[in-house]
Amino acid sequence: MGIAAKKIGQQTYFFHQPPVILSTATIVGPKEGQGPLGHTFDKVVEDPYYGEKSWEKAEQRMLEEAMQKALQKANLAPQNVDFLLAGDLLNQIIAADFTARVLGIPFLGLYGACATMYEGMALAAMLIDGGFAEYVLLGASSHFSTAERQYRYPTEQGVQRPMSAQWTVTGAGAMLLARQGAGPVVTHATVGRVVDLGSADPNDMGAAMAPAAADTIARHLEDTGRVPGDYDLFLSGDLGAYGLALANKIVEQKGYQIAGHFNDCGLLIYHHQRQDTHAGGSGCACSAVVTCGYLMQEMAAGRLRRVLGIGTGALFSKCSSLQGETIPGIAHAVAIEAR
Amino acid sequence: MTTHWDSLPGEMQKRLYQELVNQVKPRPPVLRNAGAAFAVGGLISVLGQLIQNFFLARGLTLLDAGAATAATLVFLAALSTGLGLYDELARFAGAGAIVPITGFANSMVAPAMEYRTEGLVLGVGARLFTVAGPVLVFGIFTAWAVALLYHFLLRP
Repeated sequence: MGIAAKKIGQQTYFFHQPPVILSTATIVGPKEGQGPLGHTFDKVVEDPYYGEKSWEKAEQRMLEEAMQKALQKANLAPQNVDFLLAGDLLNQIIAADFTARVLGIPFLGLYGACATMYEGMALAAMLIDGGFAEYVLLGASSHFSTAERQYRYPTEQGVQRPMSAQWTVTGAGAMLLARQGAGPVVTHATVGRVVDLGSADPNDMGAAMAPAAADTIARHLEDTGRVPGDYDLFLSGDLGAYGLALANKIVEQKGYQIAGHFNDCGLLIYHHQRQDTHAGGSGCACSAVVTCGYLMQEMAAGRLRRVLGIGTGALFSKCSSLQGETIPGIAHAVAIEAR
Repeated sequence: MTTHWDSLPGEMQKRLYQELVNQVKPRPPVLRNAGAAFAVGGLISVLGQLIQNFFLARGLTLLDAGAATAATLVFLAALSTGLGLYDELARFAGAGAIVPITGFANSMVAPAMEYRTEGLVLGVGARLFTVAGPVLVFGIFTAWAVALLYHFLLRP
């Protein structure tokens, strides 16, 4: 097997001319607006229907608006952009499809469950550093009510959620990556393997995803030769409280100590006691809006210099769960550096 | 777990990991849940009794008063589901709100509301019983099985 020029170790890619995050945009629902990161989002929508006839349409509108806003902030029109990469949790990723229908940018639809945003960032950086694109627009969305219907019960159904359950974030995040410009840069991407250590409880997705997150983090450090101290923060997508604890333990087993600076977008986004969100936030939008909002602002303010973002996803469907399949996890890591 | 994680065989990793998951996994607050279920389930039953007494006082027979009470409770649960209140009650009370007939009404109205966006026939019509369906299927089957047993074994 030949050695690819931009590949280091087993799963990591480094970018010769690191692509620049030109702009980001976020839009969220009311619950996220009331959370501790409420002030970091571009727009908080108070109506979960967002004036549309269905939640699916509302989610699509949020994604479209986030994309438009990211373009606007960078002063670019859709025709300037080479690729649109997007995904969501709906069947056949219709929120992304219909957003692409409006924008008219050459479109590659993604499905990486809740890791979609990071899958998009990794691919976008490769497209740009590979010389295939000058600008790539990417994003992901989720909606509490569309996800409930996709994976669980009707929204008004009376159920008591287990303590390990998570709350799907309503919102959308968009990011514009460019070959040059001003902003933080993407220096490395580690594409994750699918890891399954036998978790089968769809109400405990943190446990299903933690092994994949740990695998990707350790792989990234091994491939790059970096040590945990090289990063100000390891930020996972939506492991939640218990998933984060589990990932921490496995990373430790693999010989790395990151506990002091390992956090999770799903933990940051809600007041868990007060907002009754149990283990934390989840969904494509969880890592998307926290990365595009909070993380970018922290980097711009100089409080974080180098961060490893780890998008995490649980790869299952209602059907696979009912058929007794276990839930494999995936995690993609992207190293972001302030410039 | 003192061995280096990656050198463990896959099955061993799975077993150790699931042990770890069981340690980390939060226990449900059983006492609090049972208390809330008892209180709310009990209050719904008291409400039912009050409604039944009302119908009895109005001159209905016990059988008719029972049916009228069930209909009233179902109506109240359907209304509060429509107002977005019943799921909040059930989130607090668990089985206390799910087991009474009001819970059954909730499990019919919730999908009816949910699937309205896919149309009346293939949306509401086709999905109305997604949650309540199993209760009906196994409820009716059990009634049939018990009736058979009674017919062949117990009937004088």
